[in-house]
Amino acid sequence: MQTRRETLKHSAAVASLLAASGFFPHYAQAFEKAAFDAKTINDAIKAMGGAVPVESKDVTITGPDIAENGAVVPFGASTTLPNVKRVLLLVEKNPSALVAMFNVSPEVEVNFATRAKMGQSSDVYAVAITNDGKAFFAKKEVKVTLGGCGG
Amino acid sequence: MADPMRIRAQAAGDKATIRVLMSHEMESGQRKDGNGKTIPAWHIQDVTATLNGKTVMTAEWGPAVSKNPFLQFTIKGAKAGDKVGITWKDNKGDTRSDEATIT
Repeated sequence: MQTRRETLKHSAAVASLLAASGFFPHYAQAFEKAAFDAKTINDAIKAMGGAVPVESKDVTITGPDIAENGAVVPFGASTTLPNVKRVLLLVEKNPSALVAMFNVSPEVEVNFATRAKMGQSSDVYAVAITNDGKAFFAKKEVKVTLGGCGG
Repeated sequence: MADPMRIRAQAAGDKATIRVLMSHEMESGQRKDGNGKTIPAWHIQDVTATLNGKTVMTAEWGPAVSKNPFLQFTIKGAKAGDKVGITWKDNKGDTRSDEATIT
């Protein structure tokens, strides 16, 4: 059972991740260099304004509970929500939180799988952004035995 | 020019599952070489998928996507014989396009 306090905490975490990524509330077409450069999840919640992403059962993130090799961690992000515009994959404790962003068109199902690097054990978020600017997320904790960022 | 991608496109019912394996170093920009100098990031930045020439999906990736990236997605309404094209572009401007036929 999840308390309201925990839910709020997670919402804030995602809000800060999104704000740090520079994706919310404005969207741009060009490659979001700033978004991928975002290193921290601090200085954040303010920039979010009122729209806070909410945890949703309609968003699913799949991944291992324990990743033996942080250099290759398989993730899947999917949602059954309608009118989804973008799907983001974020690893909270990576040097830059944003891993990948998928622009969805009506021709594709919102169900993506890819492999990501993780520096250390962290919460991983899948965030679905709908056409009207709402954000929904799902999170999963992944433990990493061997980090995949350094050398 | 980088090595070719491996694309598998399989139709099942009224949709097709596309699996792509790209060949790319995906240097994170976090690692250091033997002299302690940071190795600059080198990663795929934009990915575009087309069905019969029409763009159906685009993605933007950061350096945290794994080396030799894997991507799986599903195209609705695709059938056997349709052509799926994948194009990527990395942050050094290098680009590669490959095409596969859905089976």
